[in-house]
Amino acid sequence: MDSTALLLAATLSAGTVLAIASLGLLINEKAGIVNLGAEGMMLCAAIAGFATVVHTGNTWLGFAAGMAAGAFLAAVFGALVIWLGTNQYATGLALTLFGAGFSAFVGIGYVQEKLPEQAQYPIPFLSDIAFIGPALFRQHPMVYIAMALAGGLAWFLYRTRAGLVLRSVGESPESAHALGYSVRRIRLAAVMAGGALCGLAGSYVSLVYAPLWVEGMIAGKGWIALALTTFATWRPARVLLGAYLFGGVTMLQFHLQGLGVNVPPQLLSMLPYLATIVVLVLISRNPLWIRANMPTSIGKPFYPGA
Amino acid sequence: MLFTLPTHMGRRMRLEVRPQPSPFWSYVSPVLALLITVVIGIGLFMALGKDPVKGLQVFFWEPIKSPYALGELLVKATPLLIIALGLAVCFRSNVWNIGAEGQFVIGALAAGGVALLADKTTGRWIIPAILAAGVLGGMAWAGVTAFLRDRFNANEILVSLMLVYVADLILGYLVFGPWKDPAGYNFPQTKTFEAVTQIPRLMQGSRVTIGILLALVGVAALWLYLYRTYAGFAQEVSGQAPAAARYAGFSSRRALWVALLVSGGAAGLAGALEVAGPIGQLTPYVPAGYGFAAIIVAFVGRLHPVGVVFSALLMSMFYIGGELAQSRLGLPKSITGVFQGLLLFNLLACDILIAHRLRFSIPPATFVQGAR
Amino acid sequence: MTDLQKRSMLKLAAVSAVAGAALLGCGKKQEVAPATVAAPVAAAPAKAEPLKIAFAYVGPVGDGGWTFAHDNGRKAVEKEFGDRVVTSFVEKVPESADAERVIRDMAAQGNKLIFGTTFGYMEPMLKVAADLKDVKFEHATGYKTAANMRTYDSRTYEGAYMAGVIAGKMSKTGTLGVVGSIPIPEVVRNINSFTLGAQSVNPAVKTKVVWVNEWFNPPKETEAATALINGGADVLFQNTDSSAVLQTAEKMGKRAFGWDSDMTAYGPKAHLGSAIINWGPYYIKAVGEALDGKWTGGTSAWWGVKEGAIDIISLAADVPEDTKKRVDEIRAGLKDGSFSIWKGPIMDNTGKELLAKDVVADDKFLGGLKTYVKGVEGKVPGG
Repeated sequence: MDSTALLLAATLSAGTVLAIASLGLLINEKAGIVNLGAEGMMLCAAIAGFATVVHTGNTWLGFAAGMAAGAFLAAVFGALVIWLGTNQYATGLALTLFGAGFSAFVGIGYVQEKLPEQAQYPIPFLSDIAFIGPALFRQHPMVYIAMALAGGLAWFLYRTRAGLVLRSVGESPESAHALGYSVRRIRLAAVMAGGALCGLAGSYVSLVYAPLWVEGMIAGKGWIALALTTFATWRPARVLLGAYLFGGVTMLQFHLQGLGVNVPPQLLSMLPYLATIVVLVLISRNPLWIRANMPTSIGKPFYPGA
Repeated sequence: MLFTLPTHMGRRMRLEVRPQPSPFWSYVSPVLALLITVVIGIGLFMALGKDPVKGLQVFFWEPIKSPYALGELLVKATPLLIIALGLAVCFRSNVWNIGAEGQFVIGALAAGGVALLADKTTGRWIIPAILAAGVLGGMAWAGVTAFLRDRFNANEILVSLMLVYVADLILGYLVFGPWKDPAGYNFPQTKTFEAVTQIPRLMQGSRVTIGILLALVGVAALWLYLYRTYAGFAQEVSGQAPAAARYAGFSSRRALWVALLVSGGAAGLAGALEVAGPIGQLTPYVPAGYGFAAIIVAFVGRLHPVGVVFSALLMSMFYIGGELAQSRLGLPKSITGVFQGLLLFNLLACDILIAHRLRFSIPPATFVQGAR
Repeated sequence: MTDLQKRSMLKLAAVSAVAGAALLGCGKKQEVAPATVAAPVAAAPAKAEPLKIAFAYVGPVGDGGWTFAHDNGRKAVEKEFGDRVVTSFVEKVPESADAERVIRDMAAQGNKLIFGTTFGYMEPMLKVAADLKDVKFEHATGYKTAANMRTYDSRTYEGAYMAGVIAGKMSKTGTLGVVGSIPIPEVVRNINSFTLGAQSVNPAVKTKVVWVNEWFNPPKETEAATALINGGADVLFQNTDSSAVLQTAEKMGKRAFGWDSDMTAYGPKAHLGSAIINWGPYYIKAVGEALDGKWTGGTSAWWGVKEGAIDIISLAADVPEDTKKRVDEIRAGLKDGSFSIWKGPIMDNTGKELLAKDVVADDKFLGGLKTYVKGVEGKVPGG
């Protein structure tokens, strides 16, 4: 029983990274932009946050630095893709490759650094309830922030005017433009917001999840976050659930090993990736479902008054 | 009032679509991108307190200064070139195969599997078998992506990428388990392949194999296919203008399968050449990132068969230069990644000039305030 | 053309600004190879040309673990021999076809003694050694030699055993956890030795193992450590190279050990001791032999506590005195040869006998160890 509670707690923590990054990518895609540079942004944010905390000792400043790094890189990506009309996929890939190299390069001096002692944040009364206490209420605040983000984003997208404008830019940029909205600026804002969230997720990894810096430490989570957006059919609440599901699968393989289950570890390690593929197939096979949910202008550049 | 124009805030930079893509910029754009990258590189060297001339030397002269160095350059460039040729077909068809790395690994596995069957009595026939196995292995793995996209409409970027991780893990499983060398002290590697399975080298004293010849054949074949055959034309149109393709009766399904199978087969061939060539066994370190680097190579080479040759050589210089920069200049290895990423960024930006013209324009409205 | 130049200038300025800002903020340890590389050989005294020595590392020198320990060994050589040697290194050399090129280049640069610090360089080094007979090659953790190539390794299992003694005493649940890297004999041996050490003070202790299949991956190591703790382990051990396991233990209120180097700073409350490797003594011996012309290939050196290559240090204050005394006794016993860790009777965890009573394992046995001893749960993957 205790072990399951702990597994749940670990799942929530693992899923938080994916959730925050994926919500950021969701904002991008709702506006019609696919940013394949998630991995690169998360890596740069991880080192930015880590370096900031090493020098200032303030974790929240570290998160802010991560968000800034993500937003900045996203802005560069946005400028290229939205204004210069470069191919979104290639530019995103360039961002990933550059981000990986740049973060490794900048991070050299920080590989042996350690962070100051982290504060624990158990919620006073709730964390002592049997089972759900240890499972749910002894997490880092970022876990709860992720949940609030999902809720807030859903509210923003579906209940506010600004959200409606964003979605319309994603569905039909021509119509939005005709109505007088600056499609390119809205897209840039979306891209930067998305970058900021990817940055937040990246800095969470290097500040809370595995408080160290090592090059390449995001290890594919950026790509899984991208897959997650499609898996969740671009709806925030489903992103959250999906993130916990994927986080759970990753933790599960270590737990199974710890329980003495004798499956070769490589086969267990494959589970998250295979799960992603299965889910992608299930989601994509219904073209109506895709069309009903996927923002129509994804991947296509927009030129106002060309 | 024309006097107000220079100070008018409405002056804007605009991208104007050219009536026709500019052939001049098609050639000059990669060169310009390289130049910009070099300039940034010089800036980086200086910021790190290194002599920039020496830095440029390490990256651009050392890798080509002797026959041995040229040989090593070709050894590095061969897999990049082969994979990039396949990716060129793929990207031109608007199919985004990001998983070439996985196809490389599975091709290497298949080739390694055949190589392991050899013993002291096997003849030279095993070499074509190894290469064929590599091609088929890569094709099969890419075929999974093609099937899932064809039948279920699953996004090929994500599927092929997830399959990279799966491929790496399959390799890990095999070299840690069933295929492990029984005489190898339980180290995760297969036994070294018999000498007869080694891909023939071009000449003594160099590690260059016939792989480079295969690559050059591939260059010629791709050029012919793209620019001289009907099928190649159909392939490209299906990718660039699917509506037009449908109207003309070209099958976009066929284009999808051809694109993935060709790029998968190419990646698999590269894997086979690496494993039965310089490496000589299967280890967990077979995945070397060539599948991803080849994406850059393909783009920098403008997705053109001959361009890809140059960009493969260029990329290899970055790799080898990066290694040498460590021991000669004390620069960190990650500088290679920085340069490669920068090159691609710059290229994508410079490429805009091929299809667009840059104009500083004054919005029409201001002219209304006419000069009286 | 002017439009383009302007745009390029802007782009160049922007990117340079980013690069510059980041680098300025970088601060410490940006220099990778110290001045030894740039120092011209001509500065050496006219008497004898300094011996050029090169090191090939698989990881970054800042990893705080395996490569860091090797680089400390290199620095010890510099300190010992001063200007009789010139050292250099290349880090993050992959264990693949690239290694051959790097090693060949090292030889081409005039290095006469080359150290390859990971198993995966074995085949490349053999190939280069066959071609360049006047260069001496030292390969760590391998098993193939040549006339001008020999191998060396460290008895990390001795450090593991001593850690186990402490773990067995300090564990309240009687369950130990090990985060394993790659299931090669060395790591299996370490897990077994750790367990044997724990069983010497608490025969009922059990060990659970989780494999991450990599040498260095902090997020994965964190997850593995979490899984072990959730499974009941309260003292953790590792064969991976980062401090993530120790930090996880610190976060979750459990105990753990440092590995390869002193990791006290990463988990002050959780840290019980660090099992370290000191390559200095061996490197000094090897370089000394090369300088004196006494270097011969074809041998395998396996150094441990006896030669000063292995130790466990920085024991926590709350480790009981009698346990500390026991560790000292073991250390002394290993130094003078009176104590053997691998002495029968030892059973594997399926009930089969591995070592009969009073039989002392030889190096061959230890080198090929493929199964867990009694008390370790599960099966060695792929074994």
